[in-house]
Amino acid sequence: MKHTLSILVNNHPGVMSHVSGLFTRRGYNIDSIAVGVTDNPEISSMTIVLNGDDFVVGQVKNQLLKLPDVLRVQDMAYASSVQRELVLVSFSINEKNRSEALTICNGFDVKILEMTEDSLLIEFSGNSRQVTNIITVLKPFGIREISRTGQIAIAYRNQNAT
Amino acid sequence: MTSTTEAITGGRLMVELLEEAGVEIVFGYPGGAILPFYDELYHSKKIKHILVRHEQGAIHMAEGYARSTGKLGVCIATSGPGATNLITGLTDAKMDSVPILAITGQVATDAIGTDAFQEADIFGITIPITKYNALIKKADDLARHFEEAIKIAMGGRPGPVLLDFPKDVQLEKTTVRKAPSLKIAPHHYERPKVKGDPQEFADGLNQAKRPLLYVGGGAINSFASAEIKALAEKANAPVTTTLMGLGAFPGTHPLSVGMLGMHGTAYANKAVLECDYILNLGARFDDRVAKYQDFAPNAVRAHVDIDAAEFNKRINVDYILHGDLKDAIREILPFVKGGDRTEWIQRIQTLKQNHPLEYDNSGESIKPQDFLHRVYTKTKGEAIVSTDVGQHQMWAAQYYLFDKPNTWLTSGGLGTMGYGLPAAIGAKFGNPDKTVICVTGDGSFQMCIQELATIAQSKLGVKILLFNNNFLGMVRQWQELFYEERFSESQWTYNPNFVKLAESYDIPAMRIEKKSEIDKGVEFFLKDNGSALIEVMIPAEEKVFPMIPAGKSQQDLIEFKDLGKLKK
Repeated sequence: MKHTLSILVNNHPGVMSHVSGLFTRRGYNIDSIAVGVTDNPEISSMTIVLNGDDFVVGQVKNQLLKLPDVLRVQDMAYASSVQRELVLVSFSINEKNRSEALTICNGFDVKILEMTEDSLLIEFSGNSRQVTNIITVLKPFGIREISRTGQIAIAYRNQNAT
Repeated sequence: MTSTTEAITGGRLMVELLEEAGVEIVFGYPGGAILPFYDELYHSKKIKHILVRHEQGAIHMAEGYARSTGKLGVCIATSGPGATNLITGLTDAKMDSVPILAITGQVATDAIGTDAFQEADIFGITIPITKYNALIKKADDLARHFEEAIKIAMGGRPGPVLLDFPKDVQLEKTTVRKAPSLKIAPHHYERPKVKGDPQEFADGLNQAKRPLLYVGGGAINSFASAEIKALAEKANAPVTTTLMGLGAFPGTHPLSVGMLGMHGTAYANKAVLECDYILNLGARFDDRVAKYQDFAPNAVRAHVDIDAAEFNKRINVDYILHGDLKDAIREILPFVKGGDRTEWIQRIQTLKQNHPLEYDNSGESIKPQDFLHRVYTKTKGEAIVSTDVGQHQMWAAQYYLFDKPNTWLTSGGLGTMGYGLPAAIGAKFGNPDKTVICVTGDGSFQMCIQELATIAQSKLGVKILLFNNNFLGMVRQWQELFYEERFSESQWTYNPNFVKLAESYDIPAMRIEKKSEIDKGVEFFLKDNGSALIEVMIPAEEKVFPMIPAGKSQQDLIEFKDLGKLKK
C-alpha cells in the first residue's frame, strides 16, 4: 500500500542524504521524493511516497524521528489530504493527429506551453493517478521528454472534508 | 550571537570546549589537516593525549574508556585515510550504543570537493554509521555543533558522533564561544518521560507463574543495575542477560541464569522456552538471541526501551514502556508484588543441574574454559575484561562471572575482531587501579597488534590472555560442524612468536602448553600491576557449547553432550 509521508526537516546541507540514506540502509524503496523550503527559510518540507504495510511505515517513521534534523513526520491519509504532482511533457504530433492531441489537452485541463509544427509541450498537475493517466494517453503520440516533480501533499485543516 | 572577550582560533576553541565538557583524555593520531588543533592541544594542561599506532586503535580505546567509565570517549584523526580508519570503530559504537565523539581534520574549505590531497567525504561516508555528524564550515558555528554533538552522543540511546573540522576553520578566529542556540529538538537530549502504563506492566509480572527478566546493554547505559536487582528480588524472578548485558545483574546471584542466545547457557535458553512472561529490559531482540517470531513461545512479552524504533522491530510484544530504563523500573517497582514462585525457581535449579556448562577436561591439553575459570577465581571476579571476537569471546562470557556493570567490554553488535586490545588500553586509562584483562585469540590479536606499542609507550598495565590454536577457531568450529570439515582458509600456517613479539615491546610474556603449567601461568600473568602476556596453547578441536546453529531457534540448542548427534 502506498503511503505519503510529509516530513519537516532543518534546511541545511546533508539532511537529504541523511533521510534518503536511512531508506537505503533499511532496504525501503522511495517511490517519489519532493523537497522545497517552507515559509521559514531554516525549514524544508519533504514529501516522500513509499510502498509498504503499516509495519514498514511505522518503522520508517520511528527511524526518521531519530534523525536530529527531522522535526516532524506526518503520515498523510489520502482521504484527509490534498496530494498533487506536476508534470511537463513534450510529445510528437503531426498534421493528422494535431487536432486529436488538442482535444485531449482540452479535455484533461492541460496547459499548453509551446506548440511547434511537430511537437507539443504541456503542463499538467493532479494527483499521481491522474498524472500517470495523462502520460498513458499521450504515449501513442510519441513522448520526447518527461519531467515529473514527485508528489507533494498537505493535510486539510478540517479533517471531516474529503 | 553571544560575543565575549577576544577572538580565538577554532582549534583553540575546540580544546577549550573539550576541557569545559570535562574531557580528560583523548586518543588520536596527528596529520596535516588536524595540525592546528594539535598545536593548541600541546598547550592544554587538562587533556591527556594518547598517541596510538592506528586510528582504529584510537576509536576502540575511546570505546573501552567510555564503556568502562560511563563517560564520553573522544578520538582524533586527520583527514582522508586517518578519518576512514575510524570507520570500523564508528560502526561498532553505533551498533553497541557507545557515546563517542570523533574529531577529524578536513582539507581547507576552499579545497573541499576538489579531490585534494588526503581528502575524503567523511561527512558523507559516516552518515549511516553515526548518530549525528557535521562538517564545521565556520569557526562561529563550532560552539553550536560541539554542544549538539555531545548532547546527541550522550542523550537518549547513546551513540557515536563525528565533527569534521577543516584546517582553515581550525585557524579561523571567532568570538562565539557558547552555542547561541541549538538546532536540534529537545527530545534528542532531554531525558524523556516514561510513556506507557507501569501498573499494567507490573500486573503482567504479578500474574505470571514463570516470569523471566531479559536484560540487555541498555541496562548498562542507563546505570540501572541496582533497580534491576531490586525488581528481580522483589518479584522473585530469574534473570538472564544478553552478551551486552553481562554485569548488569550479578552473575553470581542465585536468581541469575547467565547469558542467553546462540552460545548462552542451556538453562537460560530453556527458561526462555518455558517462561510465561518475558520482560525485556533494554535489549533489542537481537537475531543472535531471538531468531524467530516464536521467541519465548509460551510467554506474554513486555519491552522497556529508550528507543521507540526498537518496539516490534523484530519481535512483536504485548506491553511497551518507552523511556529510560532506570526511570521505568522505578515506576514499575511500587506495583510489583512478591509472588510465590517456588515451583519456577526449583524448575530453574533443576535445569541448571541437568544442563550445566560442560567441557571435557580429562586430557593433557589446556582447556580455555578451565584457564578462564582460574583467572576468574584468582581475580575474585573483580577485573575488567575486554575480548576480541570468536571462541575466546564466548568462553570468557560463559566462564568469567560478571557481578558489576561496566566491567565487560566486548564487540556485541558488529563483532569486530581487533577490538579487544585497544578497548583494554582505553579501559586501563579510565580505571588505572583495576586489573584489566584482554582475552584474545591468535586471529583477532593480529588485527590491532600494533597497539602493543601504545601499552609500552605509556607503561600501562594491561594483561593479555592469548589463546592460540593456530586457527580462526570459530570459523573452524562452523566448518567442522556444518561444512564437512573443509577448513577453507581458517588455519594459520604462519604465526609470529608472540612471546618474543611482546618482549620486543618490553611486555613480559610466557607461553604454556601443558595442564601442569596452568598455575605457574596464572601466577605469572597476574602477579603485579604491570603488563603481561600469557600465550595459552589450546587444542584446535575445542568448541564452544552450548550452541544454537545459525538460522535455528532455541528448540534446536546443542549441548556438549549432544556433540555426537551433530557428527551424524
